[in-house]
Amino acid sequence: MSLKRIDLLICCGSGCVSAGALKIKERFHEVLKEKGMENEINIIETGCMGPCDYGPVMVIYPEGIFYKTVTPEDVSEIVEEHFIKGRPVARLMLSDDERTFSVQKEVPFYQKQIKVALANCGYIDPESLDEYIATGGYEALGTALTEMTPQDVIDVMKAAGLRGRGGGGFPAHIKWQMVHNIQDNEKYIICNGDEGDPGAFMDRSLLEGDPHRILEGMMIAAYAIGASQGFFYIRAEYPLAITRIRDAIEQARGLGLMGKNIFGTDFNFEVEVRTGAGAFVCGEEMALIHSIEGERGNPTPKPPYPATQGLWGKPTVVNNVETLANIPTIMVKGAEWFNTMGTQTSKGTKVFAITGDIRNTGLVEVPMGITLRELIFDVGGGMVGEGKFKAVQLGGPSGGCLTVEHLDVPVDYESLKERGAMMGSGGLIVMNDEKCMVNVAKFFMEFCVEESCGKCSPCRIGLKQMYEILDRITKGQGKEGDIEELQRLGESVKMLSLCGLGQTAPNPVLSTIRYFRDEYESHIRDHSCSTKVCLDLMNFNIDKSRCIGCSLCARKCPTNCITGSREEKYVIHQLECIKCGNCYDVCPVNAIDKIPGMHPEMKEYRAKLQAQKDLDD
Amino acid sequence: MKTLADLKKIREKAQEEMKLRGSNVRIKIVVGMGTSGIAMGAREVMKTFLEEIANRNLTDVIVTQTGEKGLSSMEPVVDLIEEGKAKVTYGNMTPEKVKKVVVEHIVNGRVVSDYVVATGE
Amino acid sequence: MYKKICSKYEPTKDNLIHILHEIQDTHPQHYISDEAVEEVSKYLNLPTNHIYGVLTFYSMYSTTPRGKNIIRLCESPPCYIKGSENILRKLKVLLGVETGETSKDGLFTLELSACLGVCGNAPVMMINEDVYGDLTEEKVEEIIEKYRRAQ
Repeated sequence: MSLKRIDLLICCGSGCVSAGALKIKERFHEVLKEKGMENEINIIETGCMGPCDYGPVMVIYPEGIFYKTVTPEDVSEIVEEHFIKGRPVARLMLSDDERTFSVQKEVPFYQKQIKVALANCGYIDPESLDEYIATGGYEALGTALTEMTPQDVIDVMKAAGLRGRGGGGFPAHIKWQMVHNIQDNEKYIICNGDEGDPGAFMDRSLLEGDPHRILEGMMIAAYAIGASQGFFYIRAEYPLAITRIRDAIEQARGLGLMGKNIFGTDFNFEVEVRTGAGAFVCGEEMALIHSIEGERGNPTPKPPYPATQGLWGKPTVVNNVETLANIPTIMVKGAEWFNTMGTQTSKGTKVFAITGDIRNTGLVEVPMGITLRELIFDVGGGMVGEGKFKAVQLGGPSGGCLTVEHLDVPVDYESLKERGAMMGSGGLIVMNDEKCMVNVAKFFMEFCVEESCGKCSPCRIGLKQMYEILDRITKGQGKEGDIEELQRLGESVKMLSLCGLGQTAPNPVLSTIRYFRDEYESHIRDHSCSTKVCLDLMNFNIDKSRCIGCSLCARKCPTNCITGSREEKYVIHQLECIKCGNCYDVCPVNAIDKIPGMHPEMKEYRAKLQAQKDLDD
Repeated sequence: MKTLADLKKIREKAQEEMKLRGSNVRIKIVVGMGTSGIAMGAREVMKTFLEEIANRNLTDVIVTQTGEKGLSSMEPVVDLIEEGKAKVTYGNMTPEKVKKVVVEHIVNGRVVSDYVVATGE
Repeated sequence: MYKKICSKYEPTKDNLIHILHEIQDTHPQHYISDEAVEEVSKYLNLPTNHIYGVLTFYSMYSTTPRGKNIIRLCESPPCYIKGSENILRKLKVLLGVETGETSKDGLFTLELSACLGVCGNAPVMMINEDVYGDLTEEKVEEIIEKYRRAQ
């Protein structure tokens, strides 16, 4: 037995690593060695703890003290004060205006959360099979294999009502039942780890933070459907997740949890890891299957569904990472327990990745049916900085924007869809009132244009046309009728596209038109961007009454379009201004204003150009 | 590993390794590790606790630490906190006394009243 | 060299993506040459046009030589909202390149990437397999300097 008295859990999710967690770990090793205390303290690398914004974060047991934004310079102090003298370092704890939160479970970020899929993320060492087993790991698999028939397993999932967490929300048990019912020697289970939605990173965190859970979930699914071969398809942007899963598979093999006669039964299972190579569309299940086969990741029309003709034409179930992560816990705790969380149609919990202009960015797991207000203001801690809440984008490029009036909408599959957004994979981008919704829509459209595989024309051509219209609008060249044209195109692309990418890509545009139509109109009619984001629809202006004539702006202007003198003050020549904002940044007396709308001089100039062009035509 | 019983064995052993993070702790030993405690030998006291617990394979006991408790004249000071019982504070601890406390109090459940300097909150 | 990489994998079509990854990762200039495609085509018994089809479909493969370090700046909305455009401008100035180009000294290639999934620490970039988050213009300068010194 060890002499350890402290478990130091350092979050080594990609977020904290990108903020320097590994350096901190090194430093702890050094300092503890110096002090001769290596035997007393366990340093454990865990998966993502959630509050990425405060990274690097760590939790110290037995007390459960939570430290944030730790730097290598803080390490000596933690060892000296906390480990040796038993005085936790208050300045590294999270605090708000009123109090300091010393213990992890007191931190408000964690309080409305219920962790099912993420239960072990940030709590165990993801590279240790023993720690996973200590939390009850592989018991669900063992019980399923030795005490239940495959149909029993499917029945539990049916009673639980687990729906796909990757986007569509299709009930998992239906896919399973379909494949289970087909007689075939070769069937496949695939874990979809091609998490492409910008702003979503729960699958990465799960694969990195608790790989055995995903593996166990996959094996239970494999047993239920009668598959003996599985594949993990993980995007190449996630090298750490790929390594962790590969290691987990080998560890499981070492213990006899992989290979032949698992748990002494006649269940055999093998699994391979396949990686993507940078194609968003491969998150679509048919595209993903083609990618595994060594083809271009093009989607193909459905039906046939993967359940009947999937990988190499064989019956195949494709489940998302988070879906699989729920399975072991459902099997152990039962469908009834799972049903106590969530709403009528959406059971259980959902992991959300909260990003954008919000105080606590990171990964959270909450019961379905929580309101957006609770999610954004309680768990997320509200807006950061001065800006007010304006919109939240849910479901990535397939989803839509919701506004203040939707804050009390319960978050479940149906409620979101009704309002033009979608659950998607759970990415939630919060935006303040400095964001231009037309510009945001354009940004998402640009993403979809780039990621469209080009196979079917509605998606390939329609999205491009939509993008061009949006681009014109943001440049002050919008026309009457553009909004209607966007809606018409959007509806056609949705209806006619082959796969989920095209069928959902117009959503960001359609939902912003639905809720922020006035912004589109002011862009088109008044040539004005009220948030001053669209550079063609705003201007910089020097207020002569505040200008002190220091000439700093003129000297910093890259196009020399500011002239003047100490006496006359300075002025911007609008036609040459490229809106780089240098003058605005350097003015020592804040005499420069950003003004919404195209400058009259520019309007006149553009009108002249247009007249000339019309004449030429 | 071939059966659920095998898995259970591995689990029990692994849980033991993770007990600092767990909740199945019967007794918590809190060593006062302020400057004066350390000056009076609190580190040695803590080390002895850790060793004794390890030697006796006590799986439901954890050792942790706290700062100055204000009982400077009785340092090193150690609290034993047991679920559902009043807290017992031992003072003027030495490695020898620690061994006795482990045998009497922690293993056999009898408070070593000679060393007690306070009880309750 | 290419033969040796190929031989690590079964000669079946589904290993194509793995083989291409390994060829690209092990090449000092991080790209897949025509010669490599020929070799893979022979090994997997696939027409070269199939291989080029796959190669050009996926954005992570390059058919032209690149720098020693590949910088991939995330261009997804969470990073954009947190100012990735300024970071891109800074990188362009520091390296003297446009997106997709390689610096004169051959040390860096600047690319944009789909979401790197580290959105809680936006803006983010990846250099080879290391992720750097919460980027500011000053931080970027330090990081680039670090790679230059490591040279």
